[in-house]
Amino acid sequence: MRAGEHKRVVITGLGVIAPNGNGVANFEAALRKGQSGIKSQESMIEAKFGCTVAGTPEGVDELCDATFGADELMAMNMNHRYASLAAIEAWKDAGLVRPAHDSEEVDWQTGAILGTGIGGMDTIAGKVVPLTNAGKIRRMGSTAVEQVMASGISARISGQLALGNQVTTNSSACSTGTEALSMGLERIRAGLADRMLCGGAEAASHYIWAGFDSMRVMNRGSNEAPEKASRPLSASAGGFIPGSGSGVVLIESLESALERGAHIHAELAGSGVNCGGHRMGGSMTSPNPTSVQRCITDALADAGVRPEEVDAINGHLTATGADPKEIGSWSRALGRGPGELPPITATKSMIGHALGAAGGLEAVASILMVEKGFVHPSINCEDVHPEIEPHASSIPHELREMPDMKVLVKAGFGFGDVNACLVFKRYES
Amino acid sequence: MEQSEVMERVVKILTPWVKDEGALAKVAMETNILEDLKVNSARLVDVVIAFEDDFDIEIADEDVDQVNTVGDAVNLISGKL
Repeated sequence: MRAGEHKRVVITGLGVIAPNGNGVANFEAALRKGQSGIKSQESMIEAKFGCTVAGTPEGVDELCDATFGADELMAMNMNHRYASLAAIEAWKDAGLVRPAHDSEEVDWQTGAILGTGIGGMDTIAGKVVPLTNAGKIRRMGSTAVEQVMASGISARISGQLALGNQVTTNSSACSTGTEALSMGLERIRAGLADRMLCGGAEAASHYIWAGFDSMRVMNRGSNEAPEKASRPLSASAGGFIPGSGSGVVLIESLESALERGAHIHAELAGSGVNCGGHRMGGSMTSPNPTSVQRCITDALADAGVRPEEVDAINGHLTATGADPKEIGSWSRALGRGPGELPPITATKSMIGHALGAAGGLEAVASILMVEKGFVHPSINCEDVHPEIEPHASSIPHELREMPDMKVLVKAGFGFGDVNACLVFKRYES
Repeated sequence: MEQSEVMERVVKILTPWVKDEGALAKVAMETNILEDLKVNSARLVDVVIAFEDDFDIEIADEDVDQVNTVGDAVNLISGKL
C-alpha cells in the first residue's frame, strides 16, 4: 500500500475537560475568544513554588457527581475523573450509548489508548507515601493500586464503556496524547479494531509540577497576572505554565462511521512518531531538530499531503527556549520561509502545558478548527520573540476565520527527545 | 449504643458499595454482604476502614474473615463498643 492510500480513519467523537472550559461547546467558545484558564494556585504558593499559577479545570466534582456512582468515585482520583468525563463525552458525541453496569455485553471492536505523563501522583503523594511512611499500610484500602497504576485511566474507561478491544495506556511525556491518536490510527488501519478512544489525561497536582519548577522551566515572572503567564512565541516567555485536564477523541474506520450514520468531525489522514536518539542536539530535555523535521515530513507522507497543502499548524509551542527552534523546524520541514508559513497557533497560551494531556486537548482544538474553518488566537505574544519575528505574519493574535481550510497539522514533542505529529483533514466523502 | 443504631450506621456505611438496591431496601441482619448486596469483595477492606473510622474502633484481620452478613458486622462492632 502506498503512502496516503491507507484505510480511511475519521473522527466521530470529541470530549474535553480543560482549564478554560469543560465540554466541547464551552472549550470551542473559549478558544475562539482567546480565553485563558490560568489561575493562581494556593497549593503552589504554600509550597513556595517559583511559579504559582497553573491551568486547572473547574466544576469537575459537580460533573462527576452527575455522571458516576458513589462507589466508582471512591476509586477515581483526579486523573481518572478527567479522563472518564472526557471519554464519556466523546462516546456520546459519537452517537454511542453508555452501556448499563449490569449488562454483560462487551464491545469487542472498540478499544482505548489513553495516555498520561505522570499519572496518579495525587494518590501517590496524598495517600501511598504518607500512609506507608506512617506504617499504616492496611488503611490504604483497596483502591490505591488502580489509581496509581499507569494503565488506570484506560482500565477505568474500559469498565465504564464495556470496551473489549485493546485497552492500554501509553506514555511519552509531552507527546503522549498525540502519540495515542497515532497508535489508534495504526490499529484501525491494520483492521484490528473499528473504533478507538484515544487521547490523554493529567491531574492538577502541585506534586506533578514540583520537579519542573525545580528545573526552572516554569515561568516565575507572571504570578501576579495569571492570564498573561503562558506566553508561547513571545519575547517575554519565561517558561511554560503547567496545565491539566483531558482530551479524548473517538477515531473510527470510515466504513464503520458511514454504516452507523455517525457525524464525522474530520479525517485523521496520517501520523508520524519518532525519537531523536538524544543525538544531533537532542537530549533527555531537548529535541533533536532533525528528528522533529523528519516526524513532520513522515506524517505528511503518511497522509499523502504535500507541504504546500498545509493550511494551518497547531504547534507544540510551550513558551520555553524551544519555541524559536520549533518554528525553524516547521519552516524547514514544510519548505516554507518567512511570510510563507501557514497560520501557526499555540493552544497552550490559553490552557498551559497539560503534559500527558496536552496532545489530547490540543487534538480536540485542532479537529474543531479544521472542521469549522478557523484558527484560534495565540494569546500573550504581542511581543513576538525576535528569532520568530520573520514569521510574525503567520501568528494569529486574533481569531482567523478560514472557511476553506482543508489540512491542519498538529505536533507534540516531549522529554526523552520523542515526537509525534498528526495530519487532520476536513472530511470529504 | 442500641443494636438498632449500630445496624442503621452499618447500612449507611455499606450503601455506596451496594450494587443491588432492591436488596438494600429490605436489608436485615441475615442479609449477606457479598451475595445479596453484591458488594465487590475487593472493596471489603474499604468497608472495614469505614467501620473503624465511624465507630472509632479497630477491627483485626481475623475478625473480618468471620463477617458474612450485615448481622455479623453489627455484632462484631457492638462487641467492641
